[in-house]
Amino acid sequence: MLAGVIHQIMSGIATGGIYASVALALVMIYQATHHVNFAQGEMATFSTYIALTFINAGFPYWIAFLAAVVVSFAIGVAIERVLMRPLANAPILASVGVFVGLLLIVNSLSGWFFDYTIKQFPTPFPDRPMMGGYLSGHELGSTAVTLVVLLSVYLFFRHTRLGLAMRAAAFNPTSSRLVGVRVGWMLALGWGLAAGIGAVAGCMVAPIVFLDPNMMSGILLYAFAGALLGGIDNPLGAVLGGFAVGIIENLGGAYVVGTELKLTLALAIIVTVLTIKPTGLMGRKVYSRV
Amino acid sequence: MTNLLEAKGLHAAYGETRVLHGIDFAVRQGGVTALLGANGAGKTTTLRAICGLVRTTGNVTLDGKRIEGMATEDIVRLGVAHVPEGRGTFMELTVEENMRLGAYTRPARETTADFEHMFEYFPRLKERYKQQAGTLSGGEQQMLAIVRALVLRPRLLLLDEPSFGLAPLIVQEIFRILARIRQDAGVSILLVEQNASIALEFAEDAYVLETGRIVMAGSSADISKDEGIRRSYLGY
Repeated sequence: MLAGVIHQIMSGIATGGIYASVALALVMIYQATHHVNFAQGEMATFSTYIALTFINAGFPYWIAFLAAVVVSFAIGVAIERVLMRPLANAPILASVGVFVGLLLIVNSLSGWFFDYTIKQFPTPFPDRPMMGGYLSGHELGSTAVTLVVLLSVYLFFRHTRLGLAMRAAAFNPTSSRLVGVRVGWMLALGWGLAAGIGAVAGCMVAPIVFLDPNMMSGILLYAFAGALLGGIDNPLGAVLGGFAVGIIENLGGAYVVGTELKLTLALAIIVTVLTIKPTGLMGRKVYSRV
Repeated sequence: MTNLLEAKGLHAAYGETRVLHGIDFAVRQGGVTALLGANGAGKTTTLRAICGLVRTTGNVTLDGKRIEGMATEDIVRLGVAHVPEGRGTFMELTVEENMRLGAYTRPARETTADFEHMFEYFPRLKERYKQQAGTLSGGEQQMLAIVRALVLRPRLLLLDEPSFGLAPLIVQEIFRILARIRQDAGVSILLVEQNASIALEFAEDAYVLETGRIVMAGSSADISKDEGIRRSYLGY
């Protein structure tokens, strides 16, 4: 029994890492624009297809992985510059409409370019149990990759000039422009980074769930639940929330609701957080003087 | 003395609402010019127009170079630093990060010496260096806003109501330090103030704005002597 629980928690951490990455991507765009990018999951799926294309073309796994991240970064930047820029001052419904449209377009493009059949996606990690049988090689490897990505993102935002400028642009665009920060480019970079993180998440989850154009739709829901749980405006909260949702999902699926109702857990978390504590566990309350 | 900043026929509007109706003014090289007037006269908009934060028509030249229509980020790179209305503090970031952002356009290795220099003027910011800027008092945030502008090493400093919401003693302290900075750095200043007496004491030249038009221009001494202007526009 105990070994089973530990096993469920460990693999919950492994999938939680995927949710945490996608949650972080959501939060990065939310902080800068106050919109949730509904297309984040489909973009990650598309990125995974890019990686698969490179792999099928004969490139080594890590080269293909890196290429997918770089290409996704460029696509993210381009989407911001071309699609989102004109909407900077648009009403909220217009933006939501564009996000939903983007979701459908990217989803259809994935199906059109790469067809709708379910595909296998390789893992670069050894296919044998590790950590005394608690984790598969892929689970351990993907958790490590996720942690490296999260740590690099953290270090980038904390300790580089560009990271500081990106945070400043999200918090206070006017003051940022007045010190010479090119706010428009910071937003585009944010989109690029979010798309790059999504690409990593897609490549790490694809060997488990298999690759098809709808691969990320459920994962986006878990990630959104994680982001809300931790606080949609707090990157660290969102990451921890993502891990928490992974663990809750696994334990709940194994011992409480069964695997068929796992996705319902995500929705339950979303509804609970929104009704009881909309700012999330680590979110900032914004006070304003009147 | 030549003019560092010149504006001719400057119009500005927020959407359909016109705020400035073609104003002319100048800031002399190394000089301090004050823009005075009541609430809603267009003082803040004038500063925003210089920085390209609001849609404008007309001519604005900095050191002979046309800057109207340029992006704010590029105008800043020409040496125009703006201490905005409400201080523009990055509340969520630390004092240090606020200062680093001020020096964003400058090479990182030059900033350490500048920061030390700023702490001589504002020792309190040194004590608060690692603190979140949102926890600073109003006076400290005003000092931080001035420092954020100065570490950009500006040629022209735009100050929007540095006295706003501060106790008279703090206001005096800030203006005393500004006078020192002005001598040391040789920076030209365009000052917007509701507190006309303190502004006229600090500036050599002044303009009085009323609903988007200049109703009087001259030396500070002349304007403070003009009884009519003082009563109708400056309220003291």
